[in-house]
Amino acid sequence: MDRTLRLVWIYPDLLSTYGDRGNLLVLARRAQLRGITVEIAQVNSDQRVPADGDIYLLGGGEDLPQILAAKRLHGDGGLAAAADRGAVVFAVCAGYQIIGAEFGGVDGEPVKGLGLLDIRSGRGDLRGVGEILADVDPALGVERLTGFENHQGVTRRGPDVKPLATVLTGVGNGDGTEGAYAGHVLGTYLHGPALVRNPGLADLLLGWVTGGPLPAIDPRQEELVADLRAERLTAVQR
Amino acid sequence: MSTSSPRQRQARPSRRYRLPLRARLAATVGGAAGRASRLAGRGDGSVIGGVIGLRLQPDLLSLLAEGRQVVLVTGTNGKTTTTRLISAALGALGQQVASNAFGANMEAGLVSALARAPDATIAVLEVDEKYIPSMLAATRARVVVLLNLSRDQMDRAAEIWLLARRWRVALAAAPNCRVIANADDPLVAWAAGEAKQVTWVAAGQRWHDDSWCCPRCGSHLRRDGDDWYCRECSNRRPPVRWMLADEQVIDPAGRSRPLNLVLPGRANRSNAVMALAVAEVFGVSVSQALPAVAQVKSVAGRYTQVMRKGCAVRLLLAKNPAGWLEALDVLEPGPVLLAVNAQGPDGRDTSWLWDVDYRRLRGRTVFVTGERGVDLAVRLEADEVMFRIVGSVDEAIDLARGPSLEVIANYTAFQQIRAVLGRTA
Repeated sequence: MDRTLRLVWIYPDLLSTYGDRGNLLVLARRAQLRGITVEIAQVNSDQRVPADGDIYLLGGGEDLPQILAAKRLHGDGGLAAAADRGAVVFAVCAGYQIIGAEFGGVDGEPVKGLGLLDIRSGRGDLRGVGEILADVDPALGVERLTGFENHQGVTRRGPDVKPLATVLTGVGNGDGTEGAYAGHVLGTYLHGPALVRNPGLADLLLGWVTGGPLPAIDPRQEELVADLRAERLTAVQR
Repeated sequence: MSTSSPRQRQARPSRRYRLPLRARLAATVGGAAGRASRLAGRGDGSVIGGVIGLRLQPDLLSLLAEGRQVVLVTGTNGKTTTTRLISAALGALGQQVASNAFGANMEAGLVSALARAPDATIAVLEVDEKYIPSMLAATRARVVVLLNLSRDQMDRAAEIWLLARRWRVALAAAPNCRVIANADDPLVAWAAGEAKQVTWVAAGQRWHDDSWCCPRCGSHLRRDGDDWYCRECSNRRPPVRWMLADEQVIDPAGRSRPLNLVLPGRANRSNAVMALAVAEVFGVSVSQALPAVAQVKSVAGRYTQVMRKGCAVRLLLAKNPAGWLEALDVLEPGPVLLAVNAQGPDGRDTSWLWDVDYRRLRGRTVFVTGERGVDLAVRLEADEVMFRIVGSVDEAIDLARGPSLEVIANYTAFQQIRAVLGRTA
């Protein structure tokens, strides 16, 4: 990639409950280790969403901020325009629900989402809290997902999206699948710093931007993350 | 329920004998179990006794609290320390004060604290954030202290806005209770907003990342120095009666005086000002309370300095991003050991590590340990902090080869290190 990679973190004032900054840091690090220059924009809810980003990130949030964020993003229009021209969108937890067609409000009433993914979310009976393992759609070529989920959402997919993964341990969408993707828009219930333990998923997003194979990273720079992945995969399988 | 007048209280020899027979038995049996637990080395015995007592008499807390002036202390960070500082401040009254000084802050811990001190007319009790509504109802507290609210153990705690809403409802329904609330924390201010009697304290807020939005309407809050206000509704920081201004406390008369605490850091100065505001409710002046507050030097092992193999090891407890921010603020120069676990009491989710900014540790000697040390290592690597993973506090001391070692650990990691260093820590 011969130009700067522009990462846009959408509304950290509303959508950043638990370690969501991790996704930004992981993407920036993995790009920089490959010699790519990175520019980061943190866009608060009282600012305009820039139209020229390469990867847009949305994090988790409580009910009120989630509803407000959806309303502001509708009014702003920048994220939808960016997605239309093929920019990458990566959304976790509440952010995942927002980029769908509809999600549940404070008392379960339907709230209109951005419709970037053909999914509808509501509130389930039980809160899914704990480690999650899921096998990614083989078409994406990403290793098994490991993460932590903490949500009460149930998500139904429409015909225009594919599930991101099949759940081995945990709740995910609630029907045995986890997350969803269509084109360069991808959402998951793995909350917070989901990309930390899943560098393959981070590289998938980076590859979508560069449009070609990514250069390898010095294996010494990958050792700790590999250790962490191995530790968490073993701990959950036990 | 009516409260007894001071005269009635004096006429009765001991509170314990005023309890109904079954409650008296419950308190006694519970106390014996607590002693047995302590003797068996299973902890400080402050929970098991209460658990047994409550099984025999479910409304034991209410019975034990009757006729006492109860202060409840809650918030995400600083509960144990502030409880200790308030107890110290109220020492000027010359009366016995009941307190759960070791952090057992759910119903059983409160029961044990009261049962252990049957004659204490004042009780200062720290309470887990979730239990404020039920503990307020059971104890009919005279004072509730609200310190701060921020993200903490999200895998088992409620979302903090929901928590604040429960406080708000409970406090609105307790007109006789005086709330001492931190006006600088918008979520706390909203939680206390419908209480009938509030003493607002400008106690400061170092961690802003959980209060960018108006708790009332959800909009982006404006901040102007210490002031905050919402542009879309009428919510704003209330006028304060007490203020922390750097190293000074400014009292309701506008007099400022230095705190000069032995305890380090801005967070503890904030806790101390909250304690002085509580003391005022009991008629204890700043000049009476402050000397005792200033002298508190370690609280349930926090800030304790221990000599180990010629190295002065200082222990700092930090359980969540706001706590880590405060702990990093008070680090002395020299090597640092960071320890992280993810057992039940710590929260099983380590995502919060990514909310802490570790960049200020760049260039220092940093050791990493704990059951989730690899999570922490990956986090430090992303912040370009050099570190070394060690198996124990002793290994860090050996490698540090210096006169001192600063230790920051989360809850169970802290307890494990205390156990290694000896219970004196």
